[in-house]
Amino acid sequence: MSRQSNRTTDNKKMNSELFTLTYGALVTQLCKDYENDEEVNKQLDKMGYNIGVRLIEDFLARSSVGRCQDFRETADVIAKVAFKMYLGVTPSVTNWSPAGDEFSLVLESNPLVDFVELPDNHNVLIYSNLLCGVLRGALEMVQMAVDVRFAQDTLRGDNVTEIRMKFIKRIEENLPYHIRFF
Amino acid sequence: MADEALFQFLHSELIQYIYKSGANGETENGKNITKLEAMGFRVGQGLIERFTKETPRFKDELDVMKFICKDFWTCLFKKQIDNLRTNHQGIYVLQDNSFRLLSQLSAGKQYLEHAPKYLAFTCGLVRGGLSDLGLKSVVTAEVAGMPACKFQVMIQKV
Repeated sequence: MSRQSNRTTDNKKMNSELFTLTYGALVTQLCKDYENDEEVNKQLDKMGYNIGVRLIEDFLARSSVGRCQDFRETADVIAKVAFKMYLGVTPSVTNWSPAGDEFSLVLESNPLVDFVELPDNHNVLIYSNLLCGVLRGALEMVQMAVDVRFAQDTLRGDNVTEIRMKFIKRIEENLPYHIRFF
Repeated sequence: MADEALFQFLHSELIQYIYKSGANGETENGKNITKLEAMGFRVGQGLIERFTKETPRFKDELDVMKFICKDFWTCLFKKQIDNLRTNHQGIYVLQDNSFRLLSQLSAGKQYLEHAPKYLAFTCGLVRGGLSDLGLKSVVTAEVAGMPACKFQVMIQKV
C-alpha cells in the first residue's frame, strides 16, 4: 500500500522522461548508423521536420490560438504556448534583429538533454537538432518559411541554449490552376 | 502538458527511420524489430530505475508484474493494462484493449501486418524494466484486431 504514495506528481515527469530517453536512444542509434555527425544532424532535422508538419495540427487543435498578426506575435506564441505545452519550459524571446525578422529563443534548461553528456569525439553533433526541424516544419504549415539553427548549446559548454530563428518569406499558397480560377 | 503527442510522433518517426535505413525483406524485418526492441530495452531500463527509486522492495514476481501493469503503464500510456493473466509458472499475458501507440492506426484488420513494428519498442520497454527489477524475460506482442493487443511475458528462471 505504501507504494501508492506521491504517484500523481510523478506521472507527468515520467511521461516526459519517456520522451527524453527515447530521443536519446534515437540519437545513439543515428550515431551508430552514420559515419559523421553532420549526417546525424541532417537526419535529426529531417525527422523533426516530419514531426513538425504533423505537430502543428495537434498544436492548433489543443491551444486554439488564432492567426498571428506579425512575426513578433508568432515568436511569443512559440515561446509561451508551444514550448510550454510540449516541453514544459518557457524560453525567453530576445535578440531581435533591427529589421524584426530574426530572434532568439533562449532556454534556461533544455529537457531533451536532461540525461546527456556528449563524448569528446562528437563535437560537431547538434544533439537537439530535432527541435530546429520541428519548428521549421510546423511554421511551414502555416505559410512561413524560416531558418532555424542552434546558436548556443549547454551540451557544448555554453551557459544557455539558444535557438536562432530567421524569417525568410511568406509562402504563397500554390493552388492548382483549376482551383485558382474556377 | 501535451508531451504524449510528442512521444507518439517521435515513436512513429523512429519506426519510419529504422525501416527506411534497413533494407526490406523477411529477414530484414526481423532485424528491424530487434533494433527497435533493443532501443526500447535501454529506455525501459532508464525509466524503471528512476521510477522505483523511492518505492519499497517488491514482494514477489507477481507484485512486480502488477506494478508494471498499473503504475508503469499508467505513466507511459495514461491507462492501466486491462487484463493480466498468469499461469503462475512464469508466463504472464498483459492485455490492453486500446493500446495508445496503435490508436492512430485504423482499427480492425486491414493493416494488421504493420502492427508488430508499433509494438516492438514497447516490448523492449517492458523487458528492460523487468530486467532492472531482476527478472530476465522474453516479451512478445500479439494483435488480433487493433487497437487491442496482448503482450506475453515469459520470465526465465535462472
